[in-house]
Amino acid sequence: MADISIKGLHKTYPGSTELATNNVSLEVAEGEFMVLLGPSGCGKTTLLRMVAGLDFPDEGSISIGGRDVTYLPPQDRNLSMVFQSYAVFPHRKVRTNIGFGLVMKKVPRDEIERKVAWAADLLQLTPYLDRYPAQLSGGQRQRVAVARAIVMDADVLLMDEPLSNLDALLRLDFRAELKKIVQQLGSTTLYVTHDQVEAMSLSDRVAVMKKGQIAQLGHPITVYEEPADRFVGGFIGSPPMNFLEGRVTQQGALEVAGQSTDAPEFLAHTARTGGLPVMVGIRAENIYLEQRGIPGTLDATVEVVEPLGHATLLTVDLGGQTIKVQVASTVRVSSGERVGLRFDQSAIRFFDTETQLGLTA
Amino acid sequence: MAAPDAPAAARPQPRPAGPRGRPPRKKGTSAAMLLIAPSIVFMTLLFGWPMVSGILQAFGGPEGLTTANFTRMTQDPYFWSSVGNTLLLIVVMIPIQFVLALAMALLIRAKPKGSSAYFYIWAIPLAVSDLAAGLVWLTVFTDRGYLNSLLASFGLEPVSWLAYDNYASMFMAVLIAEVWRATSLVFVIVVAGLQSIPKDYEEAAGVFGAGFWDRLWHVTLPLLRPSLQTALILRTILAFQTFAVALALTGQNFPLVVGETYRWYTGLQDANVASALALVVMTVSMITAIGYLKLLKDQSEAPR
Repeated sequence: MADISIKGLHKTYPGSTELATNNVSLEVAEGEFMVLLGPSGCGKTTLLRMVAGLDFPDEGSISIGGRDVTYLPPQDRNLSMVFQSYAVFPHRKVRTNIGFGLVMKKVPRDEIERKVAWAADLLQLTPYLDRYPAQLSGGQRQRVAVARAIVMDADVLLMDEPLSNLDALLRLDFRAELKKIVQQLGSTTLYVTHDQVEAMSLSDRVAVMKKGQIAQLGHPITVYEEPADRFVGGFIGSPPMNFLEGRVTQQGALEVAGQSTDAPEFLAHTARTGGLPVMVGIRAENIYLEQRGIPGTLDATVEVVEPLGHATLLTVDLGGQTIKVQVASTVRVSSGERVGLRFDQSAIRFFDTETQLGLTA
Repeated sequence: MAAPDAPAAARPQPRPAGPRGRPPRKKGTSAAMLLIAPSIVFMTLLFGWPMVSGILQAFGGPEGLTTANFTRMTQDPYFWSSVGNTLLLIVVMIPIQFVLALAMALLIRAKPKGSSAYFYIWAIPLAVSDLAAGLVWLTVFTDRGYLNSLLASFGLEPVSWLAYDNYASMFMAVLIAEVWRATSLVFVIVVAGLQSIPKDYEEAAGVFGAGFWDRLWHVTLPLLRPSLQTALILRTILAFQTFAVALALTGQNFPLVVGETYRWYTGLQDANVASALALVVMTVSMITAIGYLKLLKDQSEAPR
């Protein structure tokens, strides 16, 4: 068990001019489950590979448990890792696959047997110990990869999109299982994914990455509710956050789509000197459907109705801007209907129209 | 020549069970026959018939079938020394070639600067005919060749490398020339095999604490087994047929089995004994290939 300290990592892949990671710094506390989240090409896997020692940075340093490991080969870092492709050795039986790291560490034979049995039991692999990976299903192979990683008692557990090759149902099952196992182990974990639901559900903290940089680092709920910039708000959540062009008037009112409501105090304050254009961000589930014409609501027209079972997703036209609204599945509404929308004032976020950064008091 | 995927073809293919085991349509069978007919004709004319006639010739004599040709073959003073030389060459040469080819292929995989240039340079000997290679190395090892000139320039006495009484140096000369000429075949097969192994396996081994040699021994070599098997079979069979290099370098001083076949056929004008020798080479080659296949059988491919 150890903490990870990453400082000022720069990395450019040969033959590319773009920085794969651009001055990334990150502290992962001992026993913390940190998720690196971002779209493909954002540098999250590169960052993980540098922590693993599979790639080396051009600049910056990585230390694990206070030991500088920046340019050490992977075998000298005391890590374990679950690969996206599982990388379960096809020529070895499940038993020797799980025990591989322990054999390399020259752990006594009876201890290897004990640990393999423990991991196999934990991951329900006991009946398959004497099979070859080719004789297992994808989900079972995935379990072998996890079992191989957890028997190591390594300082740091790295996972590179371990669930992305599983089908949706299996992924849901295994996600919860993985969380339970990692909590039991209490190991420091760095987990890469592009799936925001995985990130939300697993992490203690999540680092959202964009173009080689960390766009926001924080508790998953904080990142969800208070995105640091427009990118984070648009990346996290399904459907993504709605963004509306608005303006704070000199009188301290918020104008959206030619209709006005109250603006929060801190914005009204800064806008006294003149009108302030702002980007208004609000999540679909924080917009409520009302009767048209009630004071404090915005007039809108329903364009599309998509029943999802647990809720109904509406695509609504609000003065020429399209937004998504999520309502309870019991609400009866049809397309073309004219409705009033009420925004949950505490859930509205504001972004600078130029920098796209979040505006806070 | 066997294709690299020949061992895979030997595996039993499960027959796709049609719905309710519908029997194959008659029309399909005749189309299949029509499609394989050209290759059957080809194989019969160019492989089947020569082989049968070769076997008949090996056992042929003036009064019907006989084993006299084999007796004459074994009583020839060159026969046992040619067998010994061939086996010695194979036993020494093949491990050297595999170690070299593997080292070169791993170097290419590490992608140093100009690795594709190395690949082409190392593959060049593939295109050189064995007789030409023998002649090139003759200019090095002959009494007034490059090697002796080099020795002379250091003030050393020249050595008759290829002389009859200098067996060790003669063997070394043939060995070096053959290693130079034929390692590239193994190299190309191993490079192709390595390319089909995802890097993930080696990376995973590294993360789990395996150093270079552990990775090579526990991961790379086992995954490379099918390629190594193909290369080993091809290379051994071809090594049994080594002949032109030794002929160019040493003439009759370092006899090899296929060289003897050639001598019986052209020099001694005895096609029957030449066929007998050829039959021996073929049998030994086949036994070796089967031996390799059995020996290097992949456990993880065992029937489920």
